[in-house]
Amino acid sequence: MTVAKGDGGGRVTHVPSAGTSASDEIERARRDMLHEGRMQKRTRIGADVLCEALVRQGVDVFFGYPGGVILPLYDVLGDYPELRHILVRHEQGAAHAADGYARATGRVGVCLGTSGPGATNLVTGIGNAQLDSIPIVAITGNVPGALLGKDAFQEIDITGITLPITKHNYLVRNADDIALVLAEAFHIARTGRPGPVHVDITKDALQGETRAQHPDEETVVAGLPGFRPTLDGHPRQLRTIAQEIAKARRPLILAGHGILIAEAEEELRELAEKAGIPVTWTLLGIGAIDETHPLAYGYMGMHGWKHVNRAIQSADLLIALGMRFDDRVTGNVKTYAPHARIVHVDIDPAEIGKNVAVDVPVVGDVRRVLRSLLPLVEPVDRETRATYLGQLAEWRLESEGSSWHGSGTWRTGLLSADYVLEQIGEANDHDATMVADVGQNQMWTARYAGYRRPKSHLSSGGLGTMGYGMPAAMGAALGRPDKTTWAIVGDGGFQMTIQELATLVQDDIPVKIALLDNRKLGMIRQWQELVYAGNYHSSEMVGPDYLKLADAYGIPAWKATRPGEVRPAIEAANAVDGPALVWFEIASEQNVFPMMPAGKGLSDLLEELEEQL
Amino acid sequence: MSGDIAAGPVPARPIPGSGETRRHVLVAVVQNRTGVLNRVASLMRARDFNIESLSVSHTDSEDVSRMTITIHGDEFHVEQATKQLYRLIDVLKVQDVTDEPTVQHELALVKVRATDRNRGEIVSIVEMHRARVVDLAPESVVVEATGTEVEVDALLTLLRGYGIRELVRTGAVVMARGSGSIEEATKR
Ligand SMILES: Cc1ncc(C[n+]2csc(CCOP(=O)(O)OP(=O)(O)O)c2C)c(N)n1
Repeated sequence: MTVAKGDGGGRVTHVPSAGTSASDEIERARRDMLHEGRMQKRTRIGADVLCEALVRQGVDVFFGYPGGVILPLYDVLGDYPELRHILVRHEQGAAHAADGYARATGRVGVCLGTSGPGATNLVTGIGNAQLDSIPIVAITGNVPGALLGKDAFQEIDITGITLPITKHNYLVRNADDIALVLAEAFHIARTGRPGPVHVDITKDALQGETRAQHPDEETVVAGLPGFRPTLDGHPRQLRTIAQEIAKARRPLILAGHGILIAEAEEELRELAEKAGIPVTWTLLGIGAIDETHPLAYGYMGMHGWKHVNRAIQSADLLIALGMRFDDRVTGNVKTYAPHARIVHVDIDPAEIGKNVAVDVPVVGDVRRVLRSLLPLVEPVDRETRATYLGQLAEWRLESEGSSWHGSGTWRTGLLSADYVLEQIGEANDHDATMVADVGQNQMWTARYAGYRRPKSHLSSGGLGTMGYGMPAAMGAALGRPDKTTWAIVGDGGFQMTIQELATLVQDDIPVKIALLDNRKLGMIRQWQELVYAGNYHSSEMVGPDYLKLADAYGIPAWKATRPGEVRPAIEAANAVDGPALVWFEIASEQNVFPMMPAGKGLSDLLEELEEQL
Repeated sequence: MSGDIAAGPVPARPIPGSGETRRHVLVAVVQNRTGVLNRVASLMRARDFNIESLSVSHTDSEDVSRMTITIHGDEFHVEQATKQLYRLIDVLKVQDVTDEPTVQHELALVKVRATDRNRGEIVSIVEMHRARVVDLAPESVVVEATGTEVEVDALLTLLRGYGIRELVRTGAVVMARGSGSIEEATKR
C-alpha cells in the first residue's frame, strides 16, 4: 500500500470555514453583529424573501456559485446564519450535490447559479434530477426585467432551456412574487412524483423592496388546481391485485425507486412475506429491501443477475411497484416476461402503459396502495411456494457462483472490481451511503457492495451522468452526517468533476472516494470489445498521479494494487475525519457480466467467457 | 430454459403505440399562465406526438384557456399524450372527444379574385354555402365561411376556379353536444 506523501498533514488549516472552535465563535459573533447591524439599516428586499423562504422550508445547506445578477442574494446571505452555503467549483457540482442531498435524506435539495453560463452549467444536473424524479429546487438569477430579451450580458433564455427537463419552472420578475413562487416550487418538487423545479429570478426582483408574506401550504395548494396527484389506489383494482396474487404460481415483485421515495419498505417486506413473493429490484430500487432478507432475490436488467432476469422471464405474475419499465430493465419489450400478467403501481399515470402494456394498472402512492392492499391479500405458506422458491434458489446459486472472483484478482493479476466493492460494503457494515458514478463502476457498485438500508445507494439511473458521483456524495454526506459516505468513481467520471475535491477540503466534507482506476473508459471499452469487434477507439485514458493530486489538495490518500491492500486502505480512509481517497488500480480489461446487448431481450445475456475467469 | 413454465412459442408482448392509428381530437382546459402554450407545444414535440393542429383561445373565465389539439395515433398513443399533458402543472382537464357527439367547426377567410363580370356568380356560390361576403374591392371579394372542415373544403374547391389570392383557416374548434361542460368538470 502506498500512502500519499504528507498523509494530509497540514490539511485545511489555511481554510477559514473549517477552523478551530475559537474561530467558530468569533465567526458566529461576527455574523450576529452583521445581522443586527444590517437589518436595522436596510429594508426587506426580494433576496431576503428568498432566504426566508429557504429557512421556512427547512433548508439547512445548499450549493451555489455567485455571479453578477445573483449578487444581491449573496449580499444578504450572511444575515441568515441558518443557511449554510457550500461554494462549489462548478455549477454542475451544485446541482448534483443538491440531488445527492435529496436522495440521501428524502428532503428537497437546493442549488443556485447566476445567469447565462452559471445557469447552463446547472442544466446537466437538473436533467439528471428530472429523469430520476429527484426533488430539487434550482434557483438562477437573470438580468433585470427591462433587459430581458435584449441579449444583455450573460442573458440566456434559461427557462426556455429548462422547460422540457423540469417538473415545472418559473420566471420571476417581481419581488412581490418570490414568496409564493418559492412555496409553490418546494410543494411541486416534493409532492406526487418528485422532480426538479427551476426558479429564475431577475436581478431587479431580487433587489426590489417588498412586504409580501409567505403563503401557508393551504394557499399554495389552492393556487395549483392543476396539480392534484392521486394518492390512493382504486379499491376495485386493489381487489384485483389480491386475486392475481392468489392465482399466481410464480409471482415476482419488481421494486423500484418509488418504494424509496414513498418510504414503503416496511409495506413491501410485509407483502413479500405474507404472500411468499420474492423481491427483485431496479438500479434505483436498491435498498428497497434488505438484501439479506430470505425473499430478497436480486438486481435486474441489462447488467442484472442472470437468476433475476431468468425469474422475470419465467414469472407468471409481475408486481411492479414504483418503477417504470425502462429499456435497461426490459430489453426488447416484445420478448419481455412472456408468461407474465403485469400489475403496475405508480403515482404517475403516464408511466402506466408507457413502455409495456399492463393487465392491472393502479395509480397511487405505493405506500398507501400497499397499506390498503395488505389486508386483502391471502397469506401463502412456504409449503405452497416450496418448488418455486427452490428452483429460484438453485438458479441463484448457479449465477452467483459463476460471476464471483473470490480470489480478489482478475486474470492479469490486478485487482478485480467486484472484490473491491465487496470489501467496501463489508468494511462499512453495509451501512455507508454508497454513491456511484457512471459506467462499469456503477454496475459493480450496484451488484457487489450489498445493501441493507434504504437511501444507502445513490446512482444516476435515467440520465447516466458521468461526473455525478463525487458531487452527489458531497450532498449526501452533508445530508446524512451520521453515515459514512463513499463515492465510487471510475477514472473517466472522476476527471469530469474532479474540481470538487477543493470543495470537500474547504468545507471539510467527509466524502471517502474509491477510485476504480482501470485507465480506460471501461464501459466504452467493454462495448467496443463485445459489440464493435475490439475496435478500441478513444477509450484509453491517461490520468494524473492521484496520490500527488490528493496531496496537492491536502486530502489523505492511499493506493491499493493487491487484494491484501484493499481492506486496510478502506479502513484507513474511514479512520480519517475529513475527505479521503483510495486509488484502486484495477484490471483494465475486466468486464461487467452478464450483459444484455442493446436491443436484445432478458433471455439473451452475454456471460463471461471461460478463459477470462 | 429448462424447468421454466409453458413450453412452446409464446406470442410477443404487444408494444404500446403499435395499434391502428387515426385522428383524435383532444380538448385541454389549462390555466392561463405565461408560457402555457409553449409548455404544451414543447411536450408534444419532445414526446414525439404527431399533432396536426393546435388552437388556443380564451374561455369565459379570465384565468382559464382552452386548447383544441388534433393528433394522430392509436388508442395507447393518444392516451399517453393525455396523461403526459396532465403532468403539466398548468393543465386542468384533458378530454379525448373523438368518439363523442360534438360540434367541430372552423372559420375560414378567403380573398377571391373577382371581376365585374363574375362577382355576382361568386356571391351566389357563397350564399348557397351559407357563407358571406365581408369585403368588396374592385378586383376581389373577401369571403367568411364557418362550418365543418368538409363544408369549408367544399366551398374552397368551388372558389379555387376564380383564383384564391389569400386564405386563412383557424383549424377546428370543438365542443361536446349536450349540457355537460369540460370546463366545469374538475381535473381527473
Ligand atoms: C457525461 C457523459 N459522457 C459520456 C457518457 C458515456 N459513457 C458511459 S460509461 C462511459 C465510460 C466511463 O468510464 P469511467 O468513468 O472510467 O468508468 P468505468 O466504466 O471505467 O468504470 C462513458 C464515456 C456518459 N455516460 N456521460
